[in-house]
Amino acid sequence: MQVLSTVMAHLDAPNPWISVDYIRENADALRAATKEHVELVLLSVGFGLLLSIPLAVMVRGHRRLSTLLLGVTGVIYTIPSLALFALLAPITGLTLTTAVIALTAYTLLILVRNVLAGLAGVSEEVRESARGMGLSRTGMLLRVELPLAVPAILAGVRVATVSTVALATVGVTVAHGGLGRIIFLGFRANLYHAEILTGTALCVLLAAVAEALFLGIEWLATPWARR
Amino acid sequence: MARDTLGATVSLAGQTVDWLLDGDHWSGSEGVPHRLLVHLGISAAAVGLAALVALPPALLLGHARSRWGGVLVSVGNATRALPVLGVLIILASTSLGISTRSTVLALTLFAIPPLLSNAFLGVRDVDADVVEAASGNGMSGMQVLRSVELPLALPLIAAGVRTSAVQVVATATLAAYVGGGGLGQFINEGFARGDEPETVAGGLLVAVLALLVEVSLGLLQHRLEPAVETRL
Repeated sequence: MQVLSTVMAHLDAPNPWISVDYIRENADALRAATKEHVELVLLSVGFGLLLSIPLAVMVRGHRRLSTLLLGVTGVIYTIPSLALFALLAPITGLTLTTAVIALTAYTLLILVRNVLAGLAGVSEEVRESARGMGLSRTGMLLRVELPLAVPAILAGVRVATVSTVALATVGVTVAHGGLGRIIFLGFRANLYHAEILTGTALCVLLAAVAEALFLGIEWLATPWARR
Repeated sequence: MARDTLGATVSLAGQTVDWLLDGDHWSGSEGVPHRLLVHLGISAAAVGLAALVALPPALLLGHARSRWGGVLVSVGNATRALPVLGVLIILASTSLGISTRSTVLALTLFAIPPLLSNAFLGVRDVDADVVEAASGNGMSGMQVLRSVELPLALPLIAAGVRTSAVQVVATATLAAYVGGGGLGQFINEGFARGDEPETVAGGLLVAVLALLVEVSLGLLQHRLEPAVETRL
């Protein structure tokens, strides 16, 4: 009876979705979770970019290899996030590395596709004149093709970043989920509404900030697109 | 160190195979077949419900070439920024509670955006000349939608169904993490018990299921495309 009444009292206790008190009392934990979240996203998209650009440069111009690369990254993309974490966790442990490997893997499809599209969008005339100026293949890639592909690559980075912000929460399964940890703690604490909603809202806010930031960068990076 | 990791991985692979071959894991309400059926049932219900909710307005808005459809597509794209885990937990904390019903409802929400935008864009982007020719032949608006626009938009609508189904199968896995049923339960239990072979076996089963759904619906979508050409 005692237990039952305690449970009843708990159920009757106010459990608001928005609580300033909660935020104030847990400011440090929220800040740490947000910081980890941003780290996860920056590392994953950063590694994704470091992998995608050379991969895309290597396969472009080879129809079969491009199809193969897009196929493999597509297969990875189709694997549900929880399954990928489950497959990786026993090997790389409940670590930040595991979370970053999985999240990086998911960025590859979008990034490779956009780098390929950006490189393919460089016109033959431009290539021709670059060759005429005596640029080597590497010189042309670094000084002409990649810079011209920047808008397409940036668009890919934006989509990858926003998706990764949302996806990073699943990292909680390997103990590194950034704000996902806050959300999940709220779930564990008998559905503590304020904790659940604050974690989710911060995550959405982060995605919105990332989106706005990238739209700003795209705007600055492509002065010819506005006049 | 690297050799240890390799050795451990190889032995884990062996244990995972043992887990998968163990007859006990293939029978009863906690066995693979039952959980697979639950997973598929929940997913099919969600995609079906989402189609009922999303397709009629999407087709009508596309037929009307309405601007509101574009707004809906943008809203749908914005849902990409939603952390699925958070939304699942929020829904589980409402009066719906943790139940099959709340899982289906949550999954339905995630299934709607791709269905909606593909159906709207598919119908809206049907060649205006074709639509005009059909109306010129005395077809009513609804007849044009049903016998001209709908068949022409079918490949895109199918693409929407595929995207949404693959997404739902994946999300259903996460739903298991907050008390839902299906194959995700193996991963969930594996993590909770520290049972690595079960975790990995669960991950494999879910990954294979998602890929099978993707490939089979992709084939279906492919078959719809020549059918449209012959109808033209």
